[in-house]
Amino acid sequence: MYEKDGEKYFVVDTHLHFWDASKENWVPGAENYAKGWIDCFYGYHQLAPPETHWDWEHYLKVSEEDFVKDVFTDGYVDVAIFQSTYLTEWYKTGFNTAAQNDVLTKKYPDRLITNGRFDPRDGDAGLKQLEADAAEFNLKGVKLYTAEWNKGSRGWKLTDPEAYRFLERCQELGIKNIHVHKGPTIWPLDKDAFDASDVDAAATDHPDLNFIIEHAGIPRIDDFCYMAVQEPNVYAGCSVVIGALMHARPKFFNRVMGELLFWVGEDRMTFGSDYNIWTPKWQVEGIVDWEMPDDDAFSDYPRPTVATKKKILGLNAAKLYDIPVPAECQLPTDAGEDKQPAEQLVDDTAGAQA
Amino acid sequence: MSLQSRALAALETVRDPELDTSIVELQFVASCTVSADGVAQVHLRLPTFFCAPNFAFLMVADAYDAVSAVEGVSNAEIILEDHFASPTINDGVAARAGFVAAFEGEAQGELDELRLAFIRKAMLAGQDRVARPLLAAGREPSELADMRLGDVPPSADLDRLRERRAELGIAADDDAVLLVDDKGAAIGLDALPLHLRRVRSTRVNIEANAGHCLSLLATRYGVGSAVEN
Repeated sequence: MYEKDGEKYFVVDTHLHFWDASKENWVPGAENYAKGWIDCFYGYHQLAPPETHWDWEHYLKVSEEDFVKDVFTDGYVDVAIFQSTYLTEWYKTGFNTAAQNDVLTKKYPDRLITNGRFDPRDGDAGLKQLEADAAEFNLKGVKLYTAEWNKGSRGWKLTDPEAYRFLERCQELGIKNIHVHKGPTIWPLDKDAFDASDVDAAATDHPDLNFIIEHAGIPRIDDFCYMAVQEPNVYAGCSVVIGALMHARPKFFNRVMGELLFWVGEDRMTFGSDYNIWTPKWQVEGIVDWEMPDDDAFSDYPRPTVATKKKILGLNAAKLYDIPVPAECQLPTDAGEDKQPAEQLVDDTAGAQA
Repeated sequence: MSLQSRALAALETVRDPELDTSIVELQFVASCTVSADGVAQVHLRLPTFFCAPNFAFLMVADAYDAVSAVEGVSNAEIILEDHFASPTINDGVAARAGFVAAFEGEAQGELDELRLAFIRKAMLAGQDRVARPLLAAGREPSELADMRLGDVPPSADLDRLRERRAELGIAADDDAVLLVDDKGAAIGLDALPLHLRRVRSTRVNIEANAGHCLSLLATRYGVGSAVEN
């Protein structure tokens, strides 16, 4: 819970990790990828305010005590959702698998939720694993990484027939939140790896599932917005949007968030700190302090209100994940409802102010 | 102009296709030297180890073509540093092998379509750069529907928009309609408000990506960045 100026913000961090990128966990022969991956994240880490920076060794692996302090004690987070990222081609026991994450979830069952994963390229064995994981971790969500490498394959699409089998099984298992990350190496390499058109089709075909597109489709926010505006069950996961831009590129933070508010709407945006890339504290404080600049260049973006911030920081995600919210923090949100986002576009009044 | 300066000037014409910005301005050129006997060596660097290999390939290949075409350069070597696909890309470009051959079994086609898709985005973003100042100066959105390129006051943004249109085979002369879709068809009055919103989003996306890439390049290599934050 974060409290400022008499307002109470219930915080759901929808996208965080508890990773093991220690050298002992690097797969022999794949060290350059394992190091390249964490170095890439460490570059992102340095986009945060300097006083929050860690040294590289600490960044490779934090302790449970560090996690609890950074997220719950200092970070204002009420409930956090682990997005499991396996990367077992590069990390021996995985980067942060559901099993690794769930050790903490078992200790803090009211504060943590473990999300699983699937990979349609794993076929029937993968379906069985998904069922087992759903039972073991009480899955309500999965994180899909369409660019993950798997036995020489550099990625897959949500519209692959095999992927539909998995999505349908998710629906049957009560896994209704599908977090999707678009990455840079999907096969075939001659196409745009970040293309989100497969999300469009999958969301239309699975109206009872929620598709939370992580990092709001960065680096294709424009394509994401045109797609999301047409799909009531598509959400903008704002992790990285906040962490990478709010401090390092504040003008672009305003613009990108303005685009999301306009096209996707405040009922369909979720907060994620992406810990341990960054800590939640400065991001939560920054969102609550955030104001759209007054100058003309920003005049046609919606203005974020206290209600906007409460929804983004926690209330939307709480609804998607059935997380109880204390009465003094509640506000109505359309999240999870079958309603078109950005209805101003439907009656065609939006562009008149452009 | 020295041979080295001419090689650098040639590199100025090479763009990051996704960011629609020169690789020199983006500081992706780590070094560029030309020996007395005309052997050019260019080192390129990118913001992360995992930057998309298809765009990286295009930049290395375009740099090779641009520097090779400089009079007095007898041989060009382009070296992409610190990237997961550096050997594949560098060897592929040096062998003039094309993308499909360089990434054997991982790509179905060359990168022309990909490049075109991003020139289309650059062309849309360019319409926002040209149209927004007109709106700020008091023009009504409805006036913009009929406006021709020749009606727009000269600017670097207008020149750039004409270039991108020409690259796509879309009319770029004074009589050509300013606001068009990605195929070059005029935007009618009805579709205009939404079109203006879309071209702005496209521009915000490109510029935010450029800013983000420069942030990461700065943390990776300690170089400053001059773009708007």
